[in-house]
Amino acid sequence: MAAEAALAGAALPEQVAALGRRSVLRIARRPGQFVFPLIFPLLLFAVNASGLGAAAKLPGFPAASYEDFAIAVPFMQGALFVAITAGTDLAADIETGFLNRLALTPLKGRALIGGQLGGALVSGFMQSVVYLLVGLIVGVELKSGPAGALVLLALSTLIAFAFATLGALIALRFGTGEAVQGFFPLLFVALFLSSAFLPRNLIQEDWFRAIATWNPVSYMVEAIRSLFVVGWDGEALALGFGCAGAVLVIGLAASAASLRTRLTRT
Amino acid sequence: MNARFWHVARGVAWRSIHNAFVNPAILVPSIAFPLFFLIAFAGGLSGVSKVPNFVYPPGYTTWQFVFVFLQSAAFGGVFTGFAIARDFESGFARRLLLAAPQRGGIVAGYAIAALVRWLITGSVVTVAALIGGMEILGTPAETLTLLMLGLLTNVVATLWACGVAMRLRTEQAGFLIQIPVFLVLFVAPVFVPLPLLTGWVKQVARVNPATALLEAGRGLLAGDPVKVGISFGALAISLVVFAVWARGGLRSAERAG
Repeated sequence: MAAEAALAGAALPEQVAALGRRSVLRIARRPGQFVFPLIFPLLLFAVNASGLGAAAKLPGFPAASYEDFAIAVPFMQGALFVAITAGTDLAADIETGFLNRLALTPLKGRALIGGQLGGALVSGFMQSVVYLLVGLIVGVELKSGPAGALVLLALSTLIAFAFATLGALIALRFGTGEAVQGFFPLLFVALFLSSAFLPRNLIQEDWFRAIATWNPVSYMVEAIRSLFVVGWDGEALALGFGCAGAVLVIGLAASAASLRTRLTRT
Repeated sequence: MNARFWHVARGVAWRSIHNAFVNPAILVPSIAFPLFFLIAFAGGLSGVSKVPNFVYPPGYTTWQFVFVFLQSAAFGGVFTGFAIARDFESGFARRLLLAAPQRGGIVAGYAIAALVRWLITGSVVTVAALIGGMEILGTPAETLTLLMLGLLTNVVATLWACGVAMRLRTEQAGFLIQIPVFLVLFVAPVFVPLPLLTGWVKQVARVNPATALLEAGRGLLAGDPVKVGISFGALAISLVVFAVWARGGLRSAERAG
């Protein structure tokens, strides 16, 4: 309680930093929660790269190997896992009453959301570094070079943070970890119904191609992929950053509104 | 297996089925996931069938249906493992162990529940695939043989999951239950035939029993059965091995009290 009181008396940046530190430490103390979401996308990448390797022989396939094409998927999948972890942690704070205790202090709502998602930001960045290194180790070529690596890390961290706000939104809206976990299949649907596994021009089914074209996840994956396969593709990057930014703005705005409603209820 | 065994099995099966059907959070994912895989793989990856040397007359929807059908059978067992772990965490399973006069019936009950649940899921997936344009060139007997392969796969996976859940007795066992099943299924010719696989997956798929199972299923629906005997043999051996594994899990739970 003393820590909560001290936190409430601090300025906004300090409040965000304190809650962010708590959020990061929370993940660090439970390595199981970080390691599985980190490993699973790599496992799927390893399986798909070999299982779908023959797809690189299709006329019009944009990459020399399927590994080059598919390396974008772990970044995106990792971001989805970050959303679930962030949402589950926030839901746990709601279920244990931590959020209610914070609500009794003058802590600002913006600080609460920003700080709570600090762990997501760090997780998103760290796993992106791991995916990049693994990709380079297995022989994936980063055509955009070292500068592209920096843009890649910025983009994938932004995507992870944007999806984390959706996890937070679900947690604030429903208040239970179970609801956040139930949201997980929907995120996976968004990934699988995108151009993550085949380029849109090679998707044969019209209805599937239409969904993939409307699905913002396609543009995020394509932006990441462009840095590996094409080099510098301004349009792909603009669409990727734009879609991630839009998800972030919508997620933050909706989370803030849900937080207000939840605190009013409290 | 006397009357008391079946009495316990019936009671556990009824409770598990009832729980699954009145709780959408349990039932929906086990139906939605295979459907979603079918849509994503058959719809999104159908272009893969244009790869040179990919020959499968019934088409890519049928190709992927066999995988999703058998995967749903295996994951039906996995989801039952989650339910067992949940029962231990809530304390219900311990009370069940105290009350059951024939504890082997507990495992049988969970296995019956898993079968019933999978029959629903398998039916939904089949109807969805037929709506999606799946072609079956095999005879009704060959199609029924695929169903038998699915049933055995479901029982084997349930016994595996049961053994893990009863040894660890926590919901945290979830990953340990599903990751080996996931790996066995995916390190096989999921998207393209075995000769078209590349890299390490091709080497592992050559010796993975799931490869024979998938090839048998696809051959049956194409009206050109292959490796059916090998598949039944592998499943029969797995059944014996994992029955012993599940029995060991039950003993471990009994010792833990």
